[in-house]
Amino acid sequence: MELSIRNVTKTFNGFTALDDVSLDIRSGELIALLGPSGSGKTTLLRLIAGLDFLDKGQILFGDEDASRKSVQERNVGFVFQHYALFRHMTVLENIAFGLKVRPSATRPTAAEMRARALELLELVQLSGLENRYPNQLSGGQRQRVALARALCIEPRLLLLDEPFGALDAQVRRELRRWLREIHDTTGHTTVFVTHDQEEALELADRVVVMSRGTIEQVGSADEIYDSPDSPSVFRFIGDSSALPVRIDNGELWLQDRAIGLTDITLPDGLGSLHFRPHDVELVEGCGGCIAGTVVASRRVAGVRRVELEIGGEQHRVEIEVPVDHPASSRSRLAFRPTRWKVFLEATQSMLQTSPAKASIQPVLLQQPAA
Amino acid sequence: MADVAPTNEMPLKAPVFRSPVSEAPITRLFLIGLTVVLLVLFLVLPLSTVFAEAFRFGISEFLKTFANPDARSAIWLTLLVAAISVPCNLVFGVAAAWAVAKHRFPGRAFLVSLIDLPFSVSPVVAGLVYILLLGTNAPIGGFLYENFDIRIIFAVPGVVLATIFVTFPFIARELIPLMQDQGTGDEEAAISLGASGWQTFWFVTLPNVKWALLYGVLLCNARAMGEFGAVTVLSGRLRGETVTMPLQVELFYNEYASVAAFSLASVLAALALVTLVIKSWLEWRYGDQLSPGGRSH
Amino acid sequence: MTIAALQSRMRAQAKNAWLSIAADLTCSISPKAMRQQGIARMKRVPFRQPSIIPGFRLTLSFTIIYLLVIVLIPIAGLFLKTFELDWPTFTSIVTGPRFLAALRVSFVTSALAALFNVVIGVLIAWVLVRYDFPGRRFFDAIIDLPFALPTAVAGIALTAIYAPNGIVGGLFAPYGFRIAYTTIGIWIALVFIGLPFVVRTVQPVLQDFNREIEEASATLGALRRQTIIRVMLPTLLPAILTGFALAFARAVGEYGSVIFIAGNIPRQTEILPLLIVFRLEEFNYPAAAAIAAVMLTVSFVILLSINLIQVWSQRRFGLG
Repeated sequence: MELSIRNVTKTFNGFTALDDVSLDIRSGELIALLGPSGSGKTTLLRLIAGLDFLDKGQILFGDEDASRKSVQERNVGFVFQHYALFRHMTVLENIAFGLKVRPSATRPTAAEMRARALELLELVQLSGLENRYPNQLSGGQRQRVALARALCIEPRLLLLDEPFGALDAQVRRELRRWLREIHDTTGHTTVFVTHDQEEALELADRVVVMSRGTIEQVGSADEIYDSPDSPSVFRFIGDSSALPVRIDNGELWLQDRAIGLTDITLPDGLGSLHFRPHDVELVEGCGGCIAGTVVASRRVAGVRRVELEIGGEQHRVEIEVPVDHPASSRSRLAFRPTRWKVFLEATQSMLQTSPAKASIQPVLLQQPAA
Repeated sequence: MADVAPTNEMPLKAPVFRSPVSEAPITRLFLIGLTVVLLVLFLVLPLSTVFAEAFRFGISEFLKTFANPDARSAIWLTLLVAAISVPCNLVFGVAAAWAVAKHRFPGRAFLVSLIDLPFSVSPVVAGLVYILLLGTNAPIGGFLYENFDIRIIFAVPGVVLATIFVTFPFIARELIPLMQDQGTGDEEAAISLGASGWQTFWFVTLPNVKWALLYGVLLCNARAMGEFGAVTVLSGRLRGETVTMPLQVELFYNEYASVAAFSLASVLAALALVTLVIKSWLEWRYGDQLSPGGRSH
Repeated sequence: MTIAALQSRMRAQAKNAWLSIAADLTCSISPKAMRQQGIARMKRVPFRQPSIIPGFRLTLSFTIIYLLVIVLIPIAGLFLKTFELDWPTFTSIVTGPRFLAALRVSFVTSALAALFNVVIGVLIAWVLVRYDFPGRRFFDAIIDLPFALPTAVAGIALTAIYAPNGIVGGLFAPYGFRIAYTTIGIWIALVFIGLPFVVRTVQPVLQDFNREIEEASATLGALRRQTIIRVMLPTLLPAILTGFALAFARAVGEYGSVIFIAGNIPRQTEILPLLIVFRLEEFNYPAAAAIAAVMLTVSFVILLSINLIQVWSQRRFGLG
């Protein structure tokens, strides 16, 4: 089932949690809402579910306007971070709950309810545990019961709110893989919220990066990682280093020095240069480069990460160098980024991407209509 | 609200959203109203009746009660009894809490439930058990009477004893969970720095529990001054000697001296109100220091 | 070593252990002696886990002595006195018509009052926790009035209200309906004193209730009343049962609030505690003791069941 979110705004006591957010989700897609706390991702999820109400905008399930419907009518499956299992019911009773509370017209018989619940128990690989109580299960098992419970009502949409946030790392990784398998088996349209970018990039068909109540970027994992559209997305996804630069006559300047990045088509002004630590090349001598003093160096897997102080103590960046590079403390290094992006400070949405990427033209993004 | 343009002449009824974890406004109103009625009927009404009856014939009648010598000695005895019981129970409460909360030993849980015992015992039974033991015909009481001419039952010591029995759990019950929750870390730190037991208690433990202590003393005192059942049995109702305020209220009432009874009762009721006010204030201001997890109400 | 020798050695050690504990308790009066022998004794009798926190012996012995003097010995005395009675006398007391009538009055009205308190207690707790309205703080504080108000004061106030010439009693008097001096009056007094118990045991549970559980129930399609009945009330059950037991226990033993409004007509509106007082005034100590022993036993049973409820709910629902 498709999901359309159109111009949704939500404020809590003067605080704008969502600001004119729009999103289209395809049927059967597994999509992640990714962002730091306060980005509005959980709020959006809850609005879709009907647990909170929107101030402006619409949410459409397929062609129907769901904004008018109560949460019970929307028939969405919701999985909470802390499972929210019913402690006084067995696992089986928990799973079958959604069927039990149906009006008598649509309620299946006891035998049918039991059969369906057992079926789902098997789907989540917990057969045999039907008579246990939630406090007798581990965290990972509880979350799987929660998922089975949500699936039991045959929802149109499956929503998960940081489903693995309360679990430890190992269990989290297992359940991640398992969730993808379940999704591929059942084919529900699934939206899940996370602040863990690894999780989002690994699991989702598309990732929605949110920040401060707006959607920064929507795309596949590759698109988000390789072509971030804004400084915050760049910073949030993967490692990045940033430097404030000046655009002067088509060239980038860092303080009083030219970096050596020319063909800048952005207007003169202040901006920020973003690059990933591994997208740099070391240069000898500086005829247009970024030079800095080594302040720290550490070994990370197969490379060495070096922290440089640029221009006195003002800016620090991290770059990757080969393991055997003799970067000792206080020595000088010069480098130039190979893949980078420049964002104009004024609007934060006009950017230029390093020429190695497909588009050479500066990408001019429109400001969203107010 | 959904941003939908009306498609016909009649305006669409704006969808009123109700959070799924709350009830309809009218249900809420009804329940609140019902609760208020119940509480006014069962709680506010009796309280205000005490004062209404006391002042029924004006302030002068009210004040006349306190010129009555019986009333005066009743007030005096009540204060005396409280002044003895509360400190005794304070010492007990602190000692019991220290033993139970700061150490581990077998039978700890049993000890704690023993401390809770007076709460489940009828006050009349409480008074009775002392008569059986300490009456002049009884083993210990007889011994004391014959050899030292000490009366316990039907004399002030009996009243004090009964009051102590009924009120000793209050302070201990406040302190034990809190001190248990606070653990022994602070005390161990103090001792490792060279403090003696008393110093540790005075400078480390006590400040941590001072509000809970005050709370317990407050409740203990309210109950000590208001105890009726146990004291009835033990006092012998010797006017002017072994009659506390609640007992004197009963005596006035049975003699149809209604105003006097309610006037004396209103003093006790005022004490109860003051207790409630201070209690509420303590819960609001220092709620987190009163019990593990903080007192929510 | 022969088995006999082993046995006698074990017996000697056991005797030593108990003697040491007794010696410990009396030794606490002399801290110096205690300190001197303390460590050696600790090694022989590891009564408590070693800890650097001092004052254990002092406080524990004081606590135990206090409890012995104030509580245990008197109660033991009660049961001893009861056992003084021979079986026929005891049976005639506890099957006597007046006793049985008082038993019925006490237990039935207490149970009905506690039951009513459960119903209104849950309602009141719900409203106080979930809704905000002007005066909520005041009403929340006044719930504790029955705890703070002396029972005699409550007794005369309730009588004044429900007597035939009182505010409420006067409304019903013209129809020949009497509240005070009947078992209904007793019931009202018991409702008054039991009110805080259910409210205060249910309130914290409601307060801590995880809203997500309610939301989960709603997402699964449950209507609001289904959520409340199927999901929330069962979770409140242990607290409700505890509150009921506490209110019931208190009501059975209540004296001061009841005797004014009850009328105290033997076999009709006479409660058990009053019967005890009556027997005492007759100097019929054995009878009074017997009745009191029965009441005490009932109290212990109720206490025990409260503890069992706690244990059961802990096991079923996990922590909290």
